[in-house]
Amino acid sequence: MQNLTKINNPYSDDKDFSGCSIFGMMDLNGNRFSSEGPVRAIANMHDRGNGLGGGFAIYGIYPTFEKYYAFHIMYLSKTAKEKVDRKLASKFNIIYDEEMQTKPANVTEPPLVWRYFVEPRKIKPKDEQIEDYVVKAVMQINAEIENAYVFSSGKNMGVFKGVGFPEDVAEFFCLEDYQGYLWTCHGRFPTNTPGWWGGAHPFNILDWTIVHNGELSSYGINSRFLEMYGYECTMQTDTEVLAYAVDLLMRKQRLPFELVSKILAAPLWNEIDSMKAEERLLFSALRQTYGSLLMNGPFSIIVAHHGEMIGLTDRIKLRPLVAGLKDDVLFISSEEAAMRLVSPNLDTFWYPRGGEPVIGKLKNQKLLETMNPMESK
Amino acid sequence: MIKVEKMVSKIDSNSFSYIKKEDAAWKVDAAGVYYKDLNDALRNIVGQGAKEIELQHVFGQRYIGTDLGNDVKLTIFGTPGNDLGAFMNGPKIIVNGNAQDGCGNTMNEGELIIYGRTGDLTGHSMRGGKIFVRDDVGYRVGIHMKEYKKKKPTIVIGGSAQDFLGEYMAGGIILVLGLNLKKGDCCKARFVGTGMHGGVIYERDKILKCAKGTRLMNIGKRDKILIESLVQEYCNNFNVDSKKIMNSKFYKIVPISKRPYGQLYSH
Repeated sequence: MQNLTKINNPYSDDKDFSGCSIFGMMDLNGNRFSSEGPVRAIANMHDRGNGLGGGFAIYGIYPTFEKYYAFHIMYLSKTAKEKVDRKLASKFNIIYDEEMQTKPANVTEPPLVWRYFVEPRKIKPKDEQIEDYVVKAVMQINAEIENAYVFSSGKNMGVFKGVGFPEDVAEFFCLEDYQGYLWTCHGRFPTNTPGWWGGAHPFNILDWTIVHNGELSSYGINSRFLEMYGYECTMQTDTEVLAYAVDLLMRKQRLPFELVSKILAAPLWNEIDSMKAEERLLFSALRQTYGSLLMNGPFSIIVAHHGEMIGLTDRIKLRPLVAGLKDDVLFISSEEAAMRLVSPNLDTFWYPRGGEPVIGKLKNQKLLETMNPMESK
Repeated sequence: MIKVEKMVSKIDSNSFSYIKKEDAAWKVDAAGVYYKDLNDALRNIVGQGAKEIELQHVFGQRYIGTDLGNDVKLTIFGTPGNDLGAFMNGPKIIVNGNAQDGCGNTMNEGELIIYGRTGDLTGHSMRGGKIFVRDDVGYRVGIHMKEYKKKKPTIVIGGSAQDFLGEYMAGGIILVLGLNLKKGDCCKARFVGTGMHGGVIYERDKILKCAKGTRLMNIGKRDKILIESLVQEYCNNFNVDSKKIMNSKFYKIVPISKRPYGQLYSH
């Protein structure tokens, strides 16, 4: 095992006082912007992480390839790439692939990272089925091929993550070359799972991403529930279940996040008992149906997919989350200072209660079709 | 015991361009300064006898005010980071803006005056001194505050509070004014005073719903004198008319038992 103390505790203090940092920034008009603001903000919360993970999800970065699924794959060995290439070729038409642009940075043991633009080979009639086809392929690669991990699989978006401080990961992946309308960022302080490249946040499936501060003590029951729906957890980090839970609830079962937030951070039973009859029925039904998707333990998260960015904390708010708005740019952050650094004069600033989501949607929903086109429309 | 000899050189504006001294007042431009360097610099200039320090462009630097002499006044512009004034033992800190989570953490003596709101855990484990917050506060404010003889930590909140206010409170005073609430509205705060076993929470009108194990009471004469003086201080700090505030009925929330969980595992 490599000695990581030099990275995570250069001052040799006897204790690290940390928690993860999360930051999200979205232009509600869909205008794309550079990495400058988001990287500056997440770097300002440097001390919340300890250099064992940093990452970004950026939406709207591949307009020229917007029709194709963009796979970002990390290879921890050469043979893994050969196997994945064969697998991909059997399931997809590979439109274009390349080694991802990287540069030397203060990151730990970077793997080989490769980018593929692909379209599914067997075109099926319904959109959902195509997406399921892609999900299945991703799960197969992650679970069956050793040392290869698909860490980004959406259209016109991408996840960039690794072991290092987020600002170093940004440098490694040359994020200054990308423009997106929605950025979520993460600085990691791993608690009880390993700090490795696949375990950094954001976690992704299709265009759904999650960054998370906290820990999910319900990981076991959540992952077993998700397994029944074909999701296999392979990244050795609790947050992974959130990405799949959101994909299941929002993409497949088409629940609005207002309800999803009440599944992930369900109201306490004694609160449900004091609700009006109709509400009580709804919330009881939610808790009974989706009890296994209740996220137990402290968390604050930012969920994103094309056209939407959502912040949420656990129901008793054991992790921080604040939000701000300036000229149609929505910020969600672990700390207020990071937001103020990027936008000193916020129009609105608020601090949501535990379990109450902050939801930012693209103002013009038609833009969504150009950003995330469906095949058969 | 090992004796540690520290190499301390004198910090001045010649060697550190972000620090300026004008007569007796020091100005520190904290933009982009790492928190450890900033706090080192503060310790150094306080060691040189600084009594008034103005900090500009503060963005998230932690632990400001900790380990400083007891007669220094810090004025902060910007957003100080977590644990502002943690373990503070005397200084007076004025924040022109909001403070983040954990301000006044285990503070022992001194004063925090916030021209804005503070985040979660304000006054966490506080042992002495005063915190005045003009607007709202976050979750778990005053959690595990304690008092000893004449040392009574005090938090005055101008706006409203969120859940777990005064959780496990063992001593001290919290006063919630709810000035931004409409008549008849309550703080959206659950579990106020959960596990409380000492100290007192005062409220202006019935704006808090207190948890099991606590009792709502009318205030007495001594309470009224105390509230009046705290409100007066609040009003002096933030330039508000105290008559308007005092023109309401105050209540207090106190613990029923000094050992609420004493029987928990004893059956």
